[in-house]
Amino acid sequence: MSIEKTEDSNFEPLIVAFCCNWCSYAGADLAGTSRLSYPANVKIIRVPCSCRVNPMFILRAFQRGADGVIICGCHPGDCHYSTGNYYARRRMTLLFSMLDYLGIERGRTRVEWVSAAEGVKFSTVMNEFSKTIHELGENKKLRDLRCKEFLD
Amino acid sequence: MQKIGVFVCWCGSNIAATVDVKAVVDAVSHEPGVVYATDYQYMCSEGGQSQIRQAIKDFGLTGIVVCSCSPRMHESTFRKTAISAGLNPYMVEIANIREQCSWIHKDREDATEKAIILARTAVAKLNLNRPLTPGESPVVKRALVIGGGIAGIQSALDIAEAGYEVDIVEKSPTIGGKMAQLDKTFPTLDCAACILTPKMVDAASNENINLYTYSEVEDVSGFVGNFTVKIRKKARSINADICSGCGVCTEKCPSRKAKDEFNMGLSNRGAIYIPFAQAIPNVPVIDREQCIKFKTGKCGLCEMNCPAGAIDFKQQDELVERQYGAIIVATGFKPISLENFDEFSYSQCPDVITSLELERIMNAAGPTKGKLLRPSDNTPPRTMVFVQCVGSRDTSGCGKTYCSKICCMYTAKHAMLIKEKYPDIDVHVFYIDVRTPGKNFDEFYRRAVEEYGVNYIKGMVGKVAERNGKLLVQGSDLLADDQIIIEADMVVLATAIEPDESARNLATMLTASIDTNDFFTEAHPKLRPVESPTAGVYLSGVCQGPKDIPETVAQASAAAAKVIGLLAKDKLRSNPCVASSNEMLCNGCSTCENVCPYGAISYVSKEIRSAGKMEVRRVAEVNEAICQGCGACTVVCPSGAMDLKGFTNKQIMAEVDAICR
Repeated sequence: MSIEKTEDSNFEPLIVAFCCNWCSYAGADLAGTSRLSYPANVKIIRVPCSCRVNPMFILRAFQRGADGVIICGCHPGDCHYSTGNYYARRRMTLLFSMLDYLGIERGRTRVEWVSAAEGVKFSTVMNEFSKTIHELGENKKLRDLRCKEFLD
Repeated sequence: MQKIGVFVCWCGSNIAATVDVKAVVDAVSHEPGVVYATDYQYMCSEGGQSQIRQAIKDFGLTGIVVCSCSPRMHESTFRKTAISAGLNPYMVEIANIREQCSWIHKDREDATEKAIILARTAVAKLNLNRPLTPGESPVVKRALVIGGGIAGIQSALDIAEAGYEVDIVEKSPTIGGKMAQLDKTFPTLDCAACILTPKMVDAASNENINLYTYSEVEDVSGFVGNFTVKIRKKARSINADICSGCGVCTEKCPSRKAKDEFNMGLSNRGAIYIPFAQAIPNVPVIDREQCIKFKTGKCGLCEMNCPAGAIDFKQQDELVERQYGAIIVATGFKPISLENFDEFSYSQCPDVITSLELERIMNAAGPTKGKLLRPSDNTPPRTMVFVQCVGSRDTSGCGKTYCSKICCMYTAKHAMLIKEKYPDIDVHVFYIDVRTPGKNFDEFYRRAVEEYGVNYIKGMVGKVAERNGKLLVQGSDLLADDQIIIEADMVVLATAIEPDESARNLATMLTASIDTNDFFTEAHPKLRPVESPTAGVYLSGVCQGPKDIPETVAQASAAAAKVIGLLAKDKLRSNPCVASSNEMLCNGCSTCENVCPYGAISYVSKEIRSAGKMEVRRVAEVNEAICQGCGACTVVCPSGAMDLKGFTNKQIMAEVDAICR
């Protein structure tokens, strides 16, 4: 995704989704098996648990040009590791309010609970989220142009 | 530098129809580290796997990326392929281009682009993979069962039957638990003692079972396969080895003030006592708070009369330390205290009793020798009122929010037994709902209503008050939309049950979790119902949630089966994707220890070379046998010393970078 695309009306957002191995990743698989489509710009990273998601990963994604980041975990009370999603919820609440303070729109970040049986929910959430990011437009505030150039 | 091979699967047409697999192969072959890339119709087939094996050998690959279906499907397949070609199984990464790409995207261009990104993400991660080997730890072939009720006895018998040694730790002087106090059991009306006591004898006589009665667990350390447990054997003041259990001492004891716990306080016992006739072990115990010898120093009648000379007033508590491979928690339940329920006048009127007290009154070995008599004046009652859900399903905060599950059935049983023995007694039951889910349960309840004429009234009791030796029970009849007052002789409260008070303390010792009601939580509510989230700790009976005897026995045997499965292994192999701490960076702050749900992190003092000097530092150490690899600790670590093998910070960052490139 390059800078020129900002002016482009065909803005295609880049979305990073962190999915926990036990519930949400399986939910994403179920969405696939049920052929429930969601935009191709959603890219999933598998983590053992939503509590493995370090706030640094989210900042890094924004820095590298992601337009939205979503963290999916097991429903409260269903965590494979019993308490991981509660940690994730608290950390993300803190991180998101900090990002809000920095002027990053709340809509760019999201935490969702998706169980392994919720293929429909997974695809609905991804469609909705992608739509929100579309409306918010490109992430310019956190993107680090230097590291972009450095990488290219 | 890694040498990576990328294998793109067509999955027949499942992937190839939407994703241009050749384009993926072309694109990834330029990625750093990739030395070989190819595609094949079915990578998981024998043909595909042998291609992978061949490529690993031909190109000396250090890692492979398979672009195929979900890792949940075939990750293990390709890991085995890697092993057979001499590659570490953790040097395999899967790019999920079927479930998360070809099956959901219709546009070929979009799908191909996404597949390329997913493939290069996997390559980026694999570049940072390190070979991992699962840890191994030995298994101590002995199990500990905490609690000697029917749950503990059943678990112990099953484990002993399989040939493993089991110790039962029971805090009271005898095994048997709550079931030993019951009169009859629903829905078959078997006498509880007749079916329980043979099992108690079996447990005592089984050479693989060792009983620690009148003992408590004081400390637990270690981990699955290798627990060290400290057990306090409280002083019985009796030399159990020479005591013959004749019971002369219990008859001679002049102190008769203590309430008999076994009879729910409905009768008195001596200071030296055997809880009940079939107690196991059949050895008395001296209640030092009641014993005249201990209080005043003068008495010793029991010592003088003991034919075996087994009385030992100087006996001390004994601490034993033993090793176990697995622990079963079977601590059971107790009825809740009724202090919050003044409306039932339980503390003021002796004729208002709990259901467990009624069990003792109805029992032939109980305080009234099985005759139904009012505790206040020992006269037979004419009218009895049962109140259900006393403290259960209570959202007011006085009782418990959950359903105690067994009360509907035992109340139907009590009503039926009373009607059977004394057909002239009027029996009324106040209920909110009658819940009878179980084999032959509803038939049983209907028999109580239809055959025995028990009067079931849908509604709650508002007040019980004593007047002229009678109990006035005021309640509502919801179906008749009426307030009613029944003049009763006895009121029986179906009291809610709660976990034994030892549960909370024990949960801390075992690092097993308990819920808001102090019931032990299971590892998974549906799929792992007898395991606690702590590896090697299993749950049996009511300590996990309210249940009746058949369910308790079923769960006890299930927990035993799990333990046998564990003890049958000589070595435990653990998941190598666990946390590890970099001791050079660790500052010993304990933050990771606090968030670890398994208690896998401990602190050790280590000598570390830093800036040319040796110094002793407090650093975190992860026990790989306990760590389950959730990664909670990696995020809280302020110094970045904690990392998760297989999902390291660098690996996930590399994935993020690859996606956002």
